[in-house]
Amino acid sequence: MNPVNYLYVAALLFTVGAVGVLVRRNAIVVFMCVELMFNASNLAFVTFAHLNGNIDGQVVAFFVMVVAAAEVVVGLAIIVAIFRTRRSASVDDPNLLKY
Amino acid sequence: MIHAFLATAQPVVETSTSAGQAAAFWVLAPLAVISAVLVVVSRKSVHSAIWMALTMIIVAIFFLMEGAYFLGIVQVVVYTGAVMMLFLFVLMLVGVDASDSLVETLRGQRVTAIVLGLGLGGLLVGAIGQVTFSGALGTSAAETAAGGHLEAIAQAIFTKYVYSFEVTSALLVTAAVAAMVLAHRERLVPRKSQREQSVERFKDGTHPTPFPSPGVYARHNAVDTPALLPDGSTSDASVPQSLRRRGAVHPRGVAALDPGPEASDEGEER
Repeated sequence: MNPVNYLYVAALLFTVGAVGVLVRRNAIVVFMCVELMFNASNLAFVTFAHLNGNIDGQVVAFFVMVVAAAEVVVGLAIIVAIFRTRRSASVDDPNLLKY
Repeated sequence: MIHAFLATAQPVVETSTSAGQAAAFWVLAPLAVISAVLVVVSRKSVHSAIWMALTMIIVAIFFLMEGAYFLGIVQVVVYTGAVMMLFLFVLMLVGVDASDSLVETLRGQRVTAIVLGLGLGGLLVGAIGQVTFSGALGTSAAETAAGGHLEAIAQAIFTKYVYSFEVTSALLVTAAVAAMVLAHRERLVPRKSQREQSVERFKDGTHPTPFPSPGVYARHNAVDTPALLPDGSTSDASVPQSLRRRGAVHPRGVAALDPGPEASDEGEER
């Protein structure tokens, strides 16, 4: 098996995550799809580290994980705050800034 | 750009991996993609979360297969452990049955999204396919130079990337404070004391005493069974309000006591 196949898997996972962000309405599922894209990019980073014989890719993937964790904390707090006031977790409902 | 990036891989060490790794890959890679698709198409968000956890675990196995042992463990601990728990926790908080509506607010959004996704996927796969690839070097050389896998990562984090690492700590502190600020809620009206509540109850004169407990009979003593009043009718106040609103009140207790049709009818009417 060619090690570049990992990159194909990463590309597919990223694509599925991107489509999920565009298609889904539930804010939590949209968030999960963003996490899926993070995971795909991490897989690509680790694969590049593996291909190039270089540890830097793994370090970058580690930093991506930290940023993703921070993003999840803030994002879920925002979702809970919006749910408290609007009683909805749909990304269609917060449209007050539109008018 | 990927060309230039991959061109830095100079000497060929391995162009293909071992048969065991190939077998694991060909089993796990379709599974990962299928579970990723199921994350997107699952109607219930809890199912999405479960499929997401499966995808993350498979990605962790990929990390381990590529020699990134530290990241593989961190992936399991941080992602499938902490992040997915957080997701499920918020899912429970927001309401498990908050499933997506099928109504499209933007016309043709779904089709456009899928077409764009196919375009993006084609672009990425095409770009990777264009690259002539010389083979995997593996990180073992860098690791032996540093004295081990963890040592190599630690050395990179604390020397070359030390500023990024410090900025990361600032980011995490900011995120923690932000989460606290967002979760905090100011009390708009002062909390009522027990005395004030009592005075209020007597003022409207509706029901100053506690409500009667649900009916206790030989066969039924559940909270959805109303209590029997002296005149043979049932007491609505003895059943929780949420059950009454759902129409889940059982007139069975009355029927068990007195199988006459009048009594059970009366119980249903109230």
